[in-house]
Amino acid sequence: MGVEADPLSRHPGMGEAAMPAGTATTALPRPAAGAAPARWRGHLGRWAPHLVLWPPLLVSVLHVVSFTLYTTWISFTPSTLLPEYDWVGMQNYVSVLNSRNWKIASSNLLIYGAGFVLLTTVLGLLLAVLIDQRIRAENLFRAIFLYPMAVSFVVTGTVWAWLLNPAVGIQHLVRGLGFESFRFDWLVDREMAIYTIVIAGAWQASGFAMALFLAGIRSVDADLYKAAQIDGAGAWRIYRRVVLPCIGPIFIAVLVILLQFTIKTFDLVRALTGGGPGLATQLPTLVVYDLMFQRGLLGRGGAAAVLLLLYLLAVLLPYFAYARWRRRKEARHG
Amino acid sequence: MAEVGAASLAPAARNPLGRWLVYALLTGFAAFYLVPLLVVVLNSVRTAQDIGATSVIGWPRELALDNFSRAWGSYCIAQSCTGIAPYMWNSFLLVVPATVISTLLGALNGYSVALWRFRGDNWVFGLVTLGVFLPEQMKLIPWALVLRDLGLTNTISGLVLIHVVQGISFTTLFCRNYYVAIPAELLKAARIDGAGYFRIFWRIVLPLSPPILIVTVIWQFTHIWNEFIYGVTFTSGTQQPVTAALIALSVSVSEAPQYGVQSAAVLLAALPTLLVYLFGGKYFLRGLTAGAVK
Repeated sequence: MGVEADPLSRHPGMGEAAMPAGTATTALPRPAAGAAPARWRGHLGRWAPHLVLWPPLLVSVLHVVSFTLYTTWISFTPSTLLPEYDWVGMQNYVSVLNSRNWKIASSNLLIYGAGFVLLTTVLGLLLAVLIDQRIRAENLFRAIFLYPMAVSFVVTGTVWAWLLNPAVGIQHLVRGLGFESFRFDWLVDREMAIYTIVIAGAWQASGFAMALFLAGIRSVDADLYKAAQIDGAGAWRIYRRVVLPCIGPIFIAVLVILLQFTIKTFDLVRALTGGGPGLATQLPTLVVYDLMFQRGLLGRGGAAAVLLLLYLLAVLLPYFAYARWRRRKEARHG
Repeated sequence: MAEVGAASLAPAARNPLGRWLVYALLTGFAAFYLVPLLVVVLNSVRTAQDIGATSVIGWPRELALDNFSRAWGSYCIAQSCTGIAPYMWNSFLLVVPATVISTLLGALNGYSVALWRFRGDNWVFGLVTLGVFLPEQMKLIPWALVLRDLGLTNTISGLVLIHVVQGISFTTLFCRNYYVAIPAELLKAARIDGAGYFRIFWRIVLPLSPPILIVTVIWQFTHIWNEFIYGVTFTSGTQQPVTAALIALSVSVSEAPQYGVQSAAVLLAALPTLLVYLFGGKYFLRGLTAGAVK
């Protein structure tokens, strides 16, 4: 890192557009430092900011870089309860990828991801359109739809576990009302348990999707609306033809956010099903945890963590490329 | 992106049937979102017999307010009958310092990266914000070793350290994106007047900061209070924050569930972030949108 730079003697580069994360570009050459003559009084004044500026920046940069490299390294070693530093090549990866646990967790992730993203997006969009109908008590409705995001997944998972528990929850209630043959036992059904995670997850996150969609809908150019209305387009047609195309980029952002969310899901499953029944709701995050801290296989756990990171990158890298492409396109069109 | 509060451009539906349908749907969805909260609130004042006789969904027949005192002070979690009070206290001891320190450091970082250009500043910022994306699972082993070497295993201080370091990624991202919009002329004038790094921060940047600092504090508070994986991995027994203790609670009572007391415990554990949401909803949403990348 170019510590030769003296931040104090540089022109502060303000006023440039805020750049979303992950778009670091190489710094352009700037006017050389030290144009102003250094005075004796300036020495402390010049160094003190460095002492404040660098430690937190370095700590956060170093922790990201070194932790990633370290876990990756561990994944190529035979480490069990404690780190060992012999090289075993791809052995951990082969054994993780061939394990039944990982295969089931990955296919669960696909089902959960598809169901959760679809349901959350549809619910979020529907709620946003409903809220956009010049309704009364808009703030109240928005607050109700968004409050689950303020609550811990542990709480969400615990409460949904009660509601979905056939012995005490919804099934029990409906049977008590006289519908003796009513069945809603997904929580303990190996085939259906994964969908309980979908329901609880969508309950928690759809308000957030709503907020993002609503912001998008309301940023649509007012003139476009008017033009469509003058053309005699009905409300449904306006949404389909004017609003949806305009919020395309928000759609993609919501999808990426929700996919990320899916891949990182951990607390919710721990509280709701614990990964069961059997392996029915096992997810890769739980496999990593299980390998590292329950079975004491740090090497394999590290390999599983790296695979998890690769899943995440498979979602994020295309998105960053797309975001970059869009920015360039917008820059070209002024 | 426009503020969510902006006015709707949607044409007001002309036919009353359409209006009625909109409100019916909204009310229906609102009920679906409120049911879990309602269930917890109602169960927290129901007796175990009442819940056992019907289901977890129902009105209380008699008020069992002692559920709260038991949940708070005498309920047994993993063989220690202290209620959730000590775990709530752990969470506060964790959340308050971690939030304050990470917000301050994030403000300084954001200020440095946004307003003082240095070689590689974009790279530094990019790497700091990568911390926002990195899954916890990639950091568990290194943190375990760091905590062991510092003698902080199974301590709240260890969790504070983790959340400060990780939090810097978020707080820097928030503050940097806010400070970048401070007009150049303002700083130029200050520099001509001879103001340095610290004075500009104190006199110009900090007074402009309350909106972003509120967003950052609310985000960090909610995020750290609700965090689970570090708490459950690096602490045990009476050192656990309340989220980890809640899981221990639901495991330890699986034989004879005490839904009433458990509901009271869950409600108490969720209360701090719910209150923050109730009073700072606007700022909470801004943080959520800004930190959405997580």
